Amino acid sequence: MAELNMAEAINLALRQEMEKDDSVYVLGEDVGVDGGVFRVTDGLLKQFGEDRVMDTPLAEAAIVGMSVGMAMAGLKPVCELQFSGFSYFAFHQLEGQAARMRWRSRSSYHVPMVCRIPYGGGVRALEHHSESRETYYAHTPGLKVVIPSGPRNARALLLSAIRDPDPVIFLEPKAMYRAFREEVPDEEETQPIGESQVARKGDDLTMITYGAMTQHTLEAADKLSDEDGIEAEVIDLLSVSPLDDKKFTESVRKTGRVVVVHEAHRSFGPGAEIISRINEKSFYYLEAPVQRVTGYDVIIPYFAREKAYIPDVDRIVAGARQAMND
Amino acid sequence: MPRKKVRLEHAVEYLSILDKQGKPDKDLDPKIDKDTLLRMHRTMLLSRRFDEYQLRWQKQGRIGTFAPAKGQEASQIGSIAAVEDDDWMVPSFRETSVALWRGTPMTGLLLYNAGYNEGGQIPEGQNDLPISIPVASQMNEAVGIAYAMKMQKKDRLVMSYFGDGATSEGDFHEALNFAQAFKTPNVFICQNNQWAISVPREQQTPSKTLAQKALAYGMPGIQVDGNDPLAVYAATREAAERARKGDGPTLIECITYRLSVHTTADDPGKYRDEEEEEHWQEWDPIPRFQHYLNNHKVLRKKDIEALEKEIDEEVKSAWDEAEEQMKSLDDPLVMFDHLFEERPAYLEEQRQAMKQYREDRNG
Repeated sequence: MAELNMAEAINLALRQEMEKDDSVYVLGEDVGVDGGVFRVTDGLLKQFGEDRVMDTPLAEAAIVGMSVGMAMAGLKPVCELQFSGFSYFAFHQLEGQAARMRWRSRSSYHVPMVCRIPYGGGVRALEHHSESRETYYAHTPGLKVVIPSGPRNARALLLSAIRDPDPVIFLEPKAMYRAFREEVPDEEETQPIGESQVARKGDDLTMITYGAMTQHTLEAADKLSDEDGIEAEVIDLLSVSPLDDKKFTESVRKTGRVVVVHEAHRSFGPGAEIISRINEKSFYYLEAPVQRVTGYDVIIPYFAREKAYIPDVDRIVAGARQAMND
Repeated sequence: MPRKKVRLEHAVEYLSILDKQGKPDKDLDPKIDKDTLLRMHRTMLLSRRFDEYQLRWQKQGRIGTFAPAKGQEASQIGSIAAVEDDDWMVPSFRETSVALWRGTPMTGLLLYNAGYNEGGQIPEGQNDLPISIPVASQMNEAVGIAYAMKMQKKDRLVMSYFGDGATSEGDFHEALNFAQAFKTPNVFICQNNQWAISVPREQQTPSKTLAQKALAYGMPGIQVDGNDPLAVYAATREAAERARKGDGPTLIECITYRLSVHTTADDPGKYRDEEEEEHWQEWDPIPRFQHYLNNHKVLRKKDIEALEKEIDEEVKSAWDEAEEQMKSLDDPLVMFDHLFEERPAYLEEQRQAMKQYREDRNG
């Protein structure tokens, strides 16, 4: 058992799985000698050598396309795209090949690859380094999209992603890489893809979120408890697609009041799908309109103003109070 | 049936005019006029000092991550000085020297680096594109602009800048192919600074030169000493003449070196050794150019000292001005501007909601 931050926990998952399974490969820009621009793959080159930890030329489409080929032919590539803002260079490989290979070949082939992509804002970065566009991937049939919220579930979720027989987009909230440390057990721990977690129990209000927003939402829930005596239940989705609607349906039927929190743009964001499921499955249990606290439908501003874009504790509390008062 | 060599339209040449001590090959010296030489030198020096100040300001948290141009001033200034002010310029993200040459105020660059979108605004009358961060992505726009110039019979060419890493991206190859296919007036300036973050040039591609990649598209490609402003100038001049005559695009590979970090978020100590950096320090383009200017009695030592003082003041007062401007830029509602010509109703609603929320909180 060690106290790890999220970057170290992801590194642990990669290292342990590479030790255990020699078909696991890591490839991407600067993942070898440099250990990744966020140091997530630090030390892997030294331990596993350059055949398995590949510093690639600068070409996202080739990184993903090559991974698809490697996966189809018996390897388990975990590729890294340096920032989600550069993943669009590879979108045609993800959408046109990775997501379709099983379907197109009638399961003659399948693509057991993971594409790790740092995403999201809050680190005072440059343009293209702060977006939250998980919808692109979640909207693509054939791709699974998972997003950890802390060190322990990041490690567990990555193990499950590597072992999954199909392509998994593993989005890493970069604001969480070094945000906090957590006990991560040495022994293997997995987190089934498509299963959410109850991160906080409560009977008055359901708060549904994921990624970096989970920490903000938990803080908001504590504030609601302290200031308003409201006990919120916080659901950490962990998988955006497939979306686990069982846990939040149970919770919504219990509380009747809901706020959905995400950093992604508001329109057509994951909240739209979550709220549709609530309408379909829990409409008659609702006591108030469901609230959304999200990023706006604008390109996230450069960092001097990004705080006003990203939902913070105060905005989440305000959204929750709206859900309680309506 | 015979088996024979296929001759390509072009072969790759290497051009260098100044030696290490700044002594020119007299036959090749492009004989740039005195005023231009002085302006080139001044902009290179300004760019260098501006980078140094910004590195300090970044460490102090006054500005955010940025990509210094240090070491690449000759590649940037040698090329941009060889074309006209109303030609187009399409940068990637490290073209500080080019931006300064074109007239972009340091205050604008500082606002950009301090995280204000206002820094992206292009000064009136400058045919420049804003900074483009996704590697090689801007190259196709450069081809489109060049085609538009050709169709509109405007005598303007398009300079576009990128690095060695960009030559691995599909966009690079697509842009070169389109440019040659449509014979557009493009000059492609590849600043081969030897490193794409941690990946060295020889690992980026097994090709002997980057210039030869042009040959695959039937385009001339030339390799130049990128720390020699005269060589870069001469090669760009030739390429510009070709473009203006309607003979199409050229790829120029400038062999240079990133003397500093990739960006301030990077630690080169992780992947390259000091000996290599020391070797390239000896080829620093600024002292080399100064030797040339001194030998040609264009610029004396005491002129340089005076210029250093002048530049120091200029950079410092640019910061003061930028800081002053930042004071009036705290309104986050501007994030709803500049998406469309007219703001659609759903966005106006979100804008109003933000406004209301902020007013409620501030009482």
